[in-house]
Amino acid sequence: MILAAVIAAAVLVAVAALLALVRVERGPSMLDRAVALDALTITLVGAIAIEAFWSRRTETIPILVALSMVGFVGSVTMARFAAKEPEGEGRVRSPEEVAAQARDVDVPRGERRGEQRGGPRDVDAEDEGGAAR
Amino acid sequence: MTQVEPGLWTTVADSLAVVCLLAGAFLTLAAGVGLTRFPSLLARMHTVTKPQVLGLVLMLTALALRVRSWSAVAMLVLVVAFQVITSPVAAHMVGRAGFRTGKVDPEDLRPNEFGEPD
Repeated sequence: MILAAVIAAAVLVAVAALLALVRVERGPSMLDRAVALDALTITLVGAIAIEAFWSRRTETIPILVALSMVGFVGSVTMARFAAKEPEGEGRVRSPEEVAAQARDVDVPRGERRGEQRGGPRDVDAEDEGGAAR
Repeated sequence: MTQVEPGLWTTVADSLAVVCLLAGAFLTLAAGVGLTRFPSLLARMHTVTKPQVLGLVLMLTALALRVRSWSAVAMLVLVVAFQVITSPVAAHMVGRAGFRTGKVDPEDLRPNEFGEPD
């Protein structure tokens, strides 16, 4: 009974970690990634708890304490330094796009940076689910 | 509780632990699914702060029921306390930063105590 429960719980937690990783990859903004990495840390705590559940060892429990203490620092730091991102900046680019950008290096990067200060504030209005405005 | 105590109570504790472990793992999975499928930043924050933390609390309860030693239980209580304290802080910071950088629709906030962004 214990073995079956541990295997089932491990599978569920592994799938949850994968889904969090999917969100880390997809973005679309830095804050979404911060939130997803937070979720990944908590999922890791759960995974270590499952391992301790199976082996009945208590040596790994201090790791849980440390992880839960420092786990939130990442998202708090990223939130503290969050800045407006131009549309498309937070996306992971495909190799073709990277090659295309390498080809027209004539476009100075400073122009795109400049937009982020004075540009329209609803840079993510195209975001999935963002209400029409 | 003592460390080794074969008998009825061990079975009861293990059974409860299995139930808690499975429930906690399921809630963690639910949080992961919500993280992937929910449409906006605030909705994703909801899954990370609420189902995820409850799932973790359930899994740590299961671990405490299974390990059955007071020193371990004390540390697990510490883990839960840290999680419950830090999770709202992180969510608050992320939500405020999201609003200030224009990732939250002001229409979603009722009442909107921030005023207009910028």
